[in-house]
Amino acid sequence: MGSYVPTTPAERKQMLRAIGASSVDDLFENVPQGLKLGELAALPHEKSELELRQSFEALAGKNTIYRTCLRGAGSYRHFIPAVVASLSSREEFVTAYTPYQAEISQGILQAIFEYQTMMCELTGMDVSNAGVYDGAAAAAESITMCRDRRRTKAYVSASADPQVIEVMKTYCFGSDVELTVIPAPGGHTDPAALRAALGQDAACFYLQQPNFYGLIEDAEALGNIVHEAGAKFVMGVNPIALAVMKTPAECGADVAVGEAQPLGLDTAFGGPYLGFMTATHAMMRHLPGRIVGQTVDTEGRTGYVLTLSAREQHIRREKASSNICSNEQLCTLRAGIYLSAMGAEGLRQAATLSMSKAHYLAAQLEEKLGWKRLHEGEFFHEFASECPNPQKALDALAAQGILGGLPVEGGILWCATELVSKEELDRTVSILEEVERA
Amino acid sequence: MKTIFECGAPGRGMTMLPPCDVPEVTLSCRRAAAPRLPRVGENDLVRHYSALSRRVHGMNDGFYPLGSCTMKYNPKINEELAALPGFRLLHPLQPQVSAQGAIEALYRAKTELCALTGMDDMTLQPAAGAHGEFTGLLLIKAYHRARGDDARCEIVVPDSAHGTNPASAVMAGFRVVNIPSAPDGCVDLDALRAAVGPQTAGLMLTNPNTLGIFDKNILEITKIVHAAGGLCYYDGANLNAILGIVRPGDMGFDCVHLNLHKSFSTPHGGGGPGAGPVGCKQFLAEFLPGPIPAKTETGFSLVKPARSVGRVRGFYGNFLVVVRALAYLETLGREHLPEVGRNAVLNANYMMAVLKDTYEMACGGYCMHEFVMTLEQLHKDTGVAAMDIAKGLLDAGIHPPTMYFPLIVHEALMIEPTETESKQTMDEAAAELKRLYALAHTDPEQLHSAPHTTPVTRLDEVRAARTPILRYEFAE
Repeated sequence: MGSYVPTTPAERKQMLRAIGASSVDDLFENVPQGLKLGELAALPHEKSELELRQSFEALAGKNTIYRTCLRGAGSYRHFIPAVVASLSSREEFVTAYTPYQAEISQGILQAIFEYQTMMCELTGMDVSNAGVYDGAAAAAESITMCRDRRRTKAYVSASADPQVIEVMKTYCFGSDVELTVIPAPGGHTDPAALRAALGQDAACFYLQQPNFYGLIEDAEALGNIVHEAGAKFVMGVNPIALAVMKTPAECGADVAVGEAQPLGLDTAFGGPYLGFMTATHAMMRHLPGRIVGQTVDTEGRTGYVLTLSAREQHIRREKASSNICSNEQLCTLRAGIYLSAMGAEGLRQAATLSMSKAHYLAAQLEEKLGWKRLHEGEFFHEFASECPNPQKALDALAAQGILGGLPVEGGILWCATELVSKEELDRTVSILEEVERA
Repeated sequence: MKTIFECGAPGRGMTMLPPCDVPEVTLSCRRAAAPRLPRVGENDLVRHYSALSRRVHGMNDGFYPLGSCTMKYNPKINEELAALPGFRLLHPLQPQVSAQGAIEALYRAKTELCALTGMDDMTLQPAAGAHGEFTGLLLIKAYHRARGDDARCEIVVPDSAHGTNPASAVMAGFRVVNIPSAPDGCVDLDALRAAVGPQTAGLMLTNPNTLGIFDKNILEITKIVHAAGGLCYYDGANLNAILGIVRPGDMGFDCVHLNLHKSFSTPHGGGGPGAGPVGCKQFLAEFLPGPIPAKTETGFSLVKPARSVGRVRGFYGNFLVVVRALAYLETLGREHLPEVGRNAVLNANYMMAVLKDTYEMACGGYCMHEFVMTLEQLHKDTGVAAMDIAKGLLDAGIHPPTMYFPLIVHEALMIEPTETESKQTMDEAAAELKRLYALAHTDPEQLHSAPHTTPVTRLDEVRAARTPILRYEFAE
């Protein structure tokens, strides 16, 4: 029973008779004899469901779940409405395969179509795909979308998330594309350095907005520099910030991507997450991954199918726009449910609350502790501050159930979301004051 | 059915968040207009998505013999364990000392998967099978580069391979050399010998192959590639057939990717999230994407390999998927894991035996976990194509087999029952397939127009691609 195999020994005998084999071993006749495994000594013994539960509860119990989280840096703990888990855990959604058989997959296909619409609305872009592995993979895939025979070089701002830059580098190692990092002294991308770097062989420039330090970049101006050089402008955006911030379309982006984890996905020690990818009409056929389109059935009823598959690996093989097959569909579903539950007003509130709390924290740190921000300029829900002894400060917070910001060069990168109350922020600051006094 | 944008009404919505308890701040660079997101009440929302879920056929709704996809049962306990707050709410950048249970879970999954595949080390970072292929190929690239052997720029791929193989090879910067397969999908040894040389970086091979045959020359194949200086990549898409019976590492493969959403029972989610860990032999371990879970004197830690090719995604991979797969591994344990491969193969051979008097098989002999039928003759005789039989199955509540794959078989239907199906289920499905075969001769039109009982009938894919409508258009 422990292997979820339902056939009984008697049935297995009958089946062998029908096959005309005397034993199951006969069926493995092509496997070289000397290679067959004996006992799997390196594996643990089987467990009953009760033992398994106890063992995993013990494992989960070894992890600390902080009551208050002031750390972001690419993974954000936001409020998740109850309907998100309730609806996305419906078994049909969870256990289905990729919707190749459209007639029995309309629910998934329509959910993707609606998600694509919501992402277009959020970003202002014309088209969206059904998502990729995560925000970093989306950033890396955008390079492939933009390069051609003449334009072979890619650029990224140093103000982007270091992990995103690393993933872009890895993909570029694969495709033998040169990736250049444009400096961001003072936390903002240097426009002069960007202008000087982009030549006739420049394919694209990736800008994160808000950037890794939470700062708002002058995206429109940087986008103009990119377009003057004839390259494509790719923006990596925070989807919660998009509720209030100027859209990538308004900033002139050709491609807008990002990490959709803030849209109803748990921080989950890093995954599963969801990378979203949107683009202008002109770039539509360069998008990787699945795209759902609306059509009609033989009786004229509206329905949905996977479309533009001439881009994809199962048709084009080595000429495909990407190798993507399975992506993150259940996360796409969650993002759609989240956005429907929040609505434009709820999302605006989440953005405004997050941003306001971060600004309150920044002001309190400066007022009560004298810790100045490391960068000048507007910021969203993250900012870096000075901190004389980050480890000591973070340890003191951790002891009180607070995950403080991420240590970065020169101080700490803080993040606040709507989940953090003023009371928790005040408590955080007073704990830090005590550390400073001690 | 209405879209979510047509449900609800202006001004309707839910209250999710409290008023702001600190001074409110706004940005100077604001968007011109609010996004047109749904305006629904909670009841509207729940009814909408519940209706959508009823228009989906999941693994729980019926037999799902989708070849090469290993749609086995998804244990419910695994879902509960992955949802434990101690896993679900962890921040990926919290101090390692505060996430020991999570890192231990990663380490245990890595160790057990290495033991099952005969590999020495593994990254759990890739998020899907194709992502794993790309990662494995980067290891091969980094290895040759590190030795200063820049001439090795070709990857050999048999023409029976999944489309992801050549696509991944190109993403990793290789030239693809396609070699023809024998009629049973096995590697043509002469073609392989002719294809390899000082330019060969490696071979990508799916074994059992996409016709469900274990390549009996497997040791000779890896020997030929190694003798030419290339490395051998094992596509683990079909690992279920050999789980607990034989290991890629013992067949001479240098790296392998696994699909946790196939062989290790994690649900497919309608197209992900999956996980595509990549295991490798020791000499490739220093190139793995980092960080890798490791055991230390004081506990568990995440370590970046010395000459890592770099991350292929953020953080450590689809962690909650790995947790589910670990739960599966530890439920079965050393006692039951070999039953997976044995029963997957037994079930496939049984269904093939029941069907082979009616349908023509693409090749003779025993199969492994799946088999391929060719409907070429049926198509010639009756005009009924593989697609029509597939659509006919929909009316019986059975998910169709994989259609028109592998490409080397005409009018192909590829059936993979998996080990978690009962004899009864397979008997019923085989009876339905036989009924449809007979129907093809008596009333082909009924199959051409199938399905009849689904929420929609066949959809116009050409129209969808010619005039793409990729989003809802608002009236205003």
